[in-house]
Amino acid sequence: MSTIDAWVAHQRERACQLPGAALPWLARRRADAIARFADLGWPTSRLEGWRHTSLAFLDQQALAAPAFAPHPAFALATLRAAFDEGDHWLVFVDGRFAPVLSVTGMLPAGVKAGALSEALNSAPDAVEAAFGSADDSASPYALNLALCSDGAFVHLARGTALEQPLHLVFIGATGAADTHLRNLIVADANSEATVVEHHVGGGATLGTVVTRVQAAQDARITHVKLQQQDAQAIHLAQIEAEQARGAYFASHSLSFGARLARNDIRTRFAGEGCETLFNGLYHVDGRRHVDHHTLIEHARPLGTSREYYRGLVDGNARGVFAGRIIVAQDAQRTDAIQRCDNLLLSRLAEADARPELEIYADDVKCAHGATVGQIDEDALFYLRARGIDTDHARQLLTYAFAAEVIERIAHAAVRKRGRGLLLSSLPGGARMEALQ
Amino acid sequence: MLKINNLHAAVDGKAILMGLNLEVGSGEVHAIMGPNGSGKSTLAQVLAGRDSFTVTDGSVDWDGTDLLALPAEERARAGLFLAFQYPVEIPGVSNAYFLKAAVNAVRRHRGLPEYDAMDFLARVKAEMKAVGMKEEFLYRSVNEGFSGGEKKRNEVLQMALLEPRLAVLDETDSGLDIDALKIVAEGVNRLRSPERSMIVITHYQRLLDYIVPDKVHVLSQGRIVRSGGRELALELEAHGYGWIDADGKAAAAASGARS
Ligand SMILES: Nc1ncnc2c1ncn2[C@@H]1O[C@H](COP(=O)(O)OP(=O)(O)OP(=O)(O)O)[C@@H](O)[C@H]1O
Ligand SMILES: [Mg+2]
Repeated sequence: MSTIDAWVAHQRERACQLPGAALPWLARRRADAIARFADLGWPTSRLEGWRHTSLAFLDQQALAAPAFAPHPAFALATLRAAFDEGDHWLVFVDGRFAPVLSVTGMLPAGVKAGALSEALNSAPDAVEAAFGSADDSASPYALNLALCSDGAFVHLARGTALEQPLHLVFIGATGAADTHLRNLIVADANSEATVVEHHVGGGATLGTVVTRVQAAQDARITHVKLQQQDAQAIHLAQIEAEQARGAYFASHSLSFGARLARNDIRTRFAGEGCETLFNGLYHVDGRRHVDHHTLIEHARPLGTSREYYRGLVDGNARGVFAGRIIVAQDAQRTDAIQRCDNLLLSRLAEADARPELEIYADDVKCAHGATVGQIDEDALFYLRARGIDTDHARQLLTYAFAAEVIERIAHAAVRKRGRGLLLSSLPGGARMEALQ
Repeated sequence: MLKINNLHAAVDGKAILMGLNLEVGSGEVHAIMGPNGSGKSTLAQVLAGRDSFTVTDGSVDWDGTDLLALPAEERARAGLFLAFQYPVEIPGVSNAYFLKAAVNAVRRHRGLPEYDAMDFLARVKAEMKAVGMKEEFLYRSVNEGFSGGEKKRNEVLQMALLEPRLAVLDETDSGLDIDALKIVAEGVNRLRSPERSMIVITHYQRLLDYIVPDKVHVLSQGRIVRSGGRELALELEAHGYGWIDADGKAAAAASGARS
């Protein structure tokens, strides 16, 4: 049913049941979005940003809900066991909020975290301001807007801080062949939070997710994405942030699962003195494909950006990274560093790492570098010369290369979870558990 | 007993070892000296099993096994230890994990029970104290950001933990201050035993004041060109290597008379 016409018909059918269907502004944006999607179709390799990641195959793709999946409560229990009692959880199953599985009783005053579907009833104006449009986004994210059935709506009032992370869990079970989620995070001045997005399950489904972050003056938002979907899933995600003066935004993207995972991550420094960290790790094997396209827009002076991506590419898999940094004419005294390093773990694996710097200001410090390489022979020999067998030595060096990314996650329990995911995704990870 | 017979080795088609002969008996300590680039580290790495060097001729017999037929990790488990001239930094792997993995790989091979976390910590802390290393080095990445001397101590620590039958120390004394040199030498001397052989590569006779060798050899252009007792080291210190002629061979009279 994946042809463009079928999606349009499908949207027309579903529209009246989508949350907020009665809100005229939303109906209008959805109508614009599906029109945009119909107009653009799935991105193909003819489009610059999709050169390595054509979605043309989706035109013929039959999507199906998985016949079997672990009970969502079971999947959730495994996740929750890795974290503190006091953490906050919003859980979504097959694209719908699951209140019974969610735990948000301990939120401090001034912090709201709930389902977007509910917020559209209780606070439609606040949602409207944060919702975004599909006017300039790639077609999959226009489809997302047209069809989004739920997501999280988070509001942090001025000066509030969430000490424990807020977890948004998206579980793909047996109920849907495609899911479309939209998360809105509105952080007022001086507020602070860590939001962790977990994507699990999903079978051979198509999932789109858009997460929007508005960080007001001096707000500090850390977003961590842990993508560990089934090896047949297609995952298309956009994370877009806007930072006001002095705001800090960190995006950590750890991508382990899915047959095809595409992440478009971008932030814009709309005020002076903003800071951002884009930190990412991907591991792909088999015939899987992962693509991160990032954009950091230094629109105002005195901004600092740090971007570090690492990739492990095995089997016949392909890893793509394209990192764009724009320094506007007005963005004097910008300080930007970007690196992307890939480890090829097999002869047929392929990695593309492309930095793209557009600098229009003259007083800036910008450095970038991209590498695609193999395991260091000197280190391998050193380990073997101590009796460690070649396989274990390779795994250890692979782990160590990747773990450097995870070490940048400030929150200890989230970091530990990241290490655990890395170990479970690597062959031989079980015997390196002591590294966690 | 280690018997190296007519060993030839090359890297990228370039011959480096060219007919090297050496015998080291059980319990003996042999020092190897020689000019820069003469092939000392190459010999050490070939013995340890580095496969970027190609052995083009010759053999190495180690207590009846064909050493060159074993992969590096098996040589290490069987009791060969190389202290690297340039220990490798491995960011992201803690020294503790690395040391435990190494010790347990060797213990498994020897039919000994693997150490659990507690036993290992007790053992490693005791050995670290002996080589003057602070405990924090357990939790840092392997050799990362270690000073030259700290890296060398870490090598001696590994040697003490792995209890090798044959230890090859490649310039373990380079870059050490005088106190560290004594500590390292003590570490080596503690390990001296009738079952354990050692090859100590050094540029300085000073080390040999602390680690007294049974024999001293001079390596030049891929061959042992002179052998003698410890007095040979003193002589080298006084006269340098000027007596080796351009072909890398010691003047016949000199070597004939003194070895
Ligand atoms: N990978 C390599 N490629 C090319 N040449 C090499 C390589 N490794 C070693 N060599 C050469 O082999 C020769 C012997 O090197 P080796 O490291 O064994 O010397 P050494 O005796 O240990 O010297 P030093 O006293 O400086 O440590 C040198 O000329 C060196 O440049
Ligand atoms: Mg050397």
